[in-house]
Amino acid sequence: MLRACGLTVRFGGFTALDGVDLEVDDAEIVSVLGPSGSGKSTLLRAVAGLEPEAQGRVEWNGIDLSRVPPHRREFGLMFQDHALFPHRDVIGNVGFGLRMHRMGRADVDAAARVALARVGLAGFEHRNVSELSGGEQQRVALARALAPEPRLLMLDEPLGALDRALRDDLVGELRALFGELGQAVVFVTHDHDEAFALADRVVVMHTGRVAQVGAPADVWARPADAFVARFLGWNVTRRFGGEQALHPGDLVLGGPDGVRGRVTGRTFRRDHHLVTLVVGDASGDGVEELRVAVPATQAPPEIGDAVTVRAATGAGVVLGGAGER
Amino acid sequence: MKRLLVLVTTLALLAAAALVTGAGAPARAADGDTTVTLVTHDSFAVSKQVLRSFTKRTGIRVKILRAGDAGSALNQMILTKDNPVGDVFFGVDNTFLSRALDADVFEPYAPKALASVPPEYQLDTTGHLTPIDRGDVCINVDKKWFARENLPVPATLSDLIDERYEGTLVVENAATSSPGLAFVLATIARFGEDGWRDYWQDLRDNGVLVVDDWTVAFEGNFSQGGGSGTRPLVVSYASSPPVAVHFSDPQPATSPIGTMLDSCFQQVEFAGVLRGTEHRREARAVVDFMLSKRFQEDIPLQMFVFPVREGSALPPVFEKFAEVAPDPLSLPPAEIGANRDEWIEQWTETVLR
Amino acid sequence: MAHPHQHRAGRTGWLALVPLAFLAVFFAYPVGAIVARGLVPDGSLELKPLGSVLTDASLRHVLWFTVWQAAASTALTLAIALPGAYVVSRYEFPGRRVVRALVTVPFVLPTVVVGAAFTALLGSGGPLAALGLDQTVWAILLAHVFFNYAVVLRTVGGMWAHLDPRQEEAARMLGASRWRAFREVTLPALRPALAAATAIVFLFTFTSFGVILVLGGPRFATLETEIYRQTAQLLNLDTAAALTIVQMVAVIGLLLVTSRLEGRQSVALRLRRARDTARRPRNARERTVVATNLAVMLAVLGAPLLVMLERALHTPSGYGLDYFRALDSLDDDSVLFVPPVDAIATSLRYAAVATVIAVVVGGCGAFALARRRSGALDTVLALPLGVSAVTVGFGFLIALDEPPLDLRTSWALVPLAQALVAIPFVVRTMTPVLRSIDPRLREAASVLGASPARVWREVDLPIVARAGLTAAGFAFAISLGEFGATLFIVRPDTPTLPVEIFRLLGRPGELNFGAAMAASVVLMAVTALAVLLIERVRVGTVGEF
Repeated sequence: MLRACGLTVRFGGFTALDGVDLEVDDAEIVSVLGPSGSGKSTLLRAVAGLEPEAQGRVEWNGIDLSRVPPHRREFGLMFQDHALFPHRDVIGNVGFGLRMHRMGRADVDAAARVALARVGLAGFEHRNVSELSGGEQQRVALARALAPEPRLLMLDEPLGALDRALRDDLVGELRALFGELGQAVVFVTHDHDEAFALADRVVVMHTGRVAQVGAPADVWARPADAFVARFLGWNVTRRFGGEQALHPGDLVLGGPDGVRGRVTGRTFRRDHHLVTLVVGDASGDGVEELRVAVPATQAPPEIGDAVTVRAATGAGVVLGGAGER
Repeated sequence: MKRLLVLVTTLALLAAAALVTGAGAPARAADGDTTVTLVTHDSFAVSKQVLRSFTKRTGIRVKILRAGDAGSALNQMILTKDNPVGDVFFGVDNTFLSRALDADVFEPYAPKALASVPPEYQLDTTGHLTPIDRGDVCINVDKKWFARENLPVPATLSDLIDERYEGTLVVENAATSSPGLAFVLATIARFGEDGWRDYWQDLRDNGVLVVDDWTVAFEGNFSQGGGSGTRPLVVSYASSPPVAVHFSDPQPATSPIGTMLDSCFQQVEFAGVLRGTEHRREARAVVDFMLSKRFQEDIPLQMFVFPVREGSALPPVFEKFAEVAPDPLSLPPAEIGANRDEWIEQWTETVLR
Repeated sequence: MAHPHQHRAGRTGWLALVPLAFLAVFFAYPVGAIVARGLVPDGSLELKPLGSVLTDASLRHVLWFTVWQAAASTALTLAIALPGAYVVSRYEFPGRRVVRALVTVPFVLPTVVVGAAFTALLGSGGPLAALGLDQTVWAILLAHVFFNYAVVLRTVGGMWAHLDPRQEEAARMLGASRWRAFREVTLPALRPALAAATAIVFLFTFTSFGVILVLGGPRFATLETEIYRQTAQLLNLDTAAALTIVQMVAVIGLLLVTSRLEGRQSVALRLRRARDTARRPRNARERTVVATNLAVMLAVLGAPLLVMLERALHTPSGYGLDYFRALDSLDDDSVLFVPPVDAIATSLRYAAVATVIAVVVGGCGAFALARRRSGALDTVLALPLGVSAVTVGFGFLIALDEPPLDLRTSWALVPLAQALVAIPFVVRTMTPVLRSIDPRLREAASVLGASPARVWREVDLPIVARAGLTAAGFAFAISLGEFGATLFIVRPDTPTLPVEIFRLLGRPGELNFGAAMAASVVLMAVTALAVLLIERVRVGTVGEF
């Protein structure tokens, strides 16, 4: 298993990572989730050994890897823009890591073919990498990272450049693949749907620090702080007593004792309307924007309408309390 | 990768081939002859038999290195004087004499045969350069052309700026050609420091053509030069008329080429042993050879000038058809030496720019 | 943690030392000697030679003519080549790649060969002799167009090919006429490339030497030919040095302008892949445009070479290889000292040595530049390109002929000069390619298990090797045809082929002319071979001038 403690990376005056810990078990899939600039890619690179200025400790099965250069760590890394070797064909790329491990040519060839087949690209062996589509390049990059059977596989935005339909397909395939391989995986993403669908455990990052760690369901149900809540799409407000995180579905329009507000926008989301309101005024509590889910069966308000909004009973998560750190 | 290998191999083979072929010319010929390099200008010529007989007699092979026009060739000698390209140099004339001596590119050597050379040709009193040939640089005239066009043949320098003769004259670049320079000096001698530039401006307005050297002017542009030339007046040598007769078949009663005696300027050409030669003895032998009767008598029909050695027999055509100017124009060598560069610059500016 | 980057910084340091040391000895020192000669001829500062250069009427005229013919040549080249650039970059037609490759051949041809070709075309006995353009300034201008067509085609055309045609279409949908759309949308995007091409062509024609020497005769003189004339014919080394100083100042100024224009992108462009923007001509009008430009290319670029070939084969006794056979032998009264075949061997030898030097020195420079973007290093490495071959030759002549560095007897003198002329091309060819290696490729290889040395072998080397081979091909072609510097320093008993061709062209007579044509054809063939090899190895379109 991987154990990284206190990883800190500074570029000049800018701190990209600030005392981050990360643990990954042998067959675990961990997602590092966060907005751009949160330090998630830097975290991967620090674990891989590609950030020479990094401080902190990286251990695998208790052995300190500080003095081990990247090419001997046996970690796999799939880059955000694939970084396929342009002067080699598909099988040349996939077999690269195997060649570095000094396998015989025939063995390299065979193992590379197996890896290619596993990502569904059997038959693509001698194609030119620059002629492949985005999705195909993604799979080649994945096969290349997997072929040498690394003890830890790291993926940087693996589904980032793909369109929605392809993404959904791939998520399912990847989960099956990783399960089949019994592989320890860390992957970085900014898309929380992707993180929750694929991961066993989610690490949410914010400005170089870990904001919350937990199983997807836990993180989803109980965001630890305002940032995580907002990132996951919750409303964060004090208007209903104490700082709370409230789902759009936890808010209800109408009722005499609700907070007054005005509708500023409305989007149809298949099974509900997502209505944005502005509540409050400059004096007092200040102005705030809330998002409310109105079931599609009801008639939604028009833009400009004055409405009232209240929290459904029992809903909402009080922040600053529950949630592992 | 395989393609790269092919390309690298090709280039390597090419380089190897180049290294293998083209070895340097050996200084010693196969049968023990010594080879002496005679550096000269492009207009040098000598009969094969004359050279061969010299080699047979002395065992010295003469390789001729033509290094451009007279001025450039001499300049090359000056620029390479610490590591000379050859052993003997031929082609310094009285207009470049001071430059050659000042640059100190020659070793002192006075052949015994100098005694047979009239003193008026021994312009180098320092004993470095040996006079070999003399000639008058004059304007040659294609008499047939003028007869055809029904124009009187121009007789004086001043005639040349007459508009009847527009576009008929070809001259050589004074900066690069010794007859070219000699002709300019003739105009300076005739019209003086104050008038020669105006004269040349008039010549330019009258369509004078400037080319780089004598061979291009005579063989390429002169209408009687044996080539495809169209101009009937060229700066050349007083000895051209007899040569033209010599090369005509059947020989005419008079030469088709005439000479404008009013334009003649005296020119003497010299040879010398280059300082730093590794074959001093042989080089001196070559200079001696150039003053020998055989070479001297070969000169007229090869280089179209006169030998300096007294008593040299002239070819019959020369006896019959040579026109000699009774009073050629001249300037003191010292004056030439002092002003030559400036005059060339002024001439270039007036005529070429 | 391990620090793999530390080693790299150190290595960059001594990589840069190699070209810097080479340039210090073989460039800065001769140039310094020239400046000293021009400003301090007798030990004390004397501005008179320099002053006289600037005040002397005829020398001012020379300067003016240099500028004039460069400007005229540039304008003419742009007028003729821009439509060609448009056609080759925007239209897809059979043989397009071949055309692109062939168009580059004139650029690397030896200047003497170009002079020979145009003499064959325009001179007496040639097909266009009736036009009376021989020995006129038009011959020079046309020869310059011939040379620099490829520069415009590849610089402007290269950029044009990457522009998204849909932007023009969008403009037209918004109501702009075809011409208006071009002016408002395409032209601003092309402006940097246009400016760069203009500057480069101006620079090349400003420093043009061989062409003017062969086609200009005694009447036309530019700064370069005047420097040569003052040196070789008049032995006025002080004046020549003063002229060289003027020339260096002018050219460095031009260089600075060029590099600033090349680097600038005024507008953030959405670039498309070149192969996506080209399409087949769709109607008669477009087909006519394509055909016309191909015809122009054939006429301007192909005709001179074809005529040269024809006159090399046209002997007095009908078509045959007599002139080529004559290359092997030497008449006693020939104007040449060695048969052309020997000169060919000499040229090949020198070019091979020069290529090795240029690629090693230039390669180190390109590496240093790629690792660390240093504007200063870039300028220093580009300087020899600016100061012309004539300056290099002249500098070698006056600096390297006495202690501390007396190389006159060394056979390496000419290859060194040729290498110096070729180095900027090597750097310019290799640096962009080396820069374009994505550092992530190295990281990917590292993570996959490649040690640093292995990373270099697997990622850098293949790309470097191809760039190096392209650069070597360029350097070889340039060295083979190098004329300006060689003319100054070659010893008359070991001439190179361009020098021999020049001698042959300067003398009248059918045999001399035929031999000059035959030798030029041989030189052209070898050069063209080198260029076509370059094209096959080239890494994409990175690495244009």
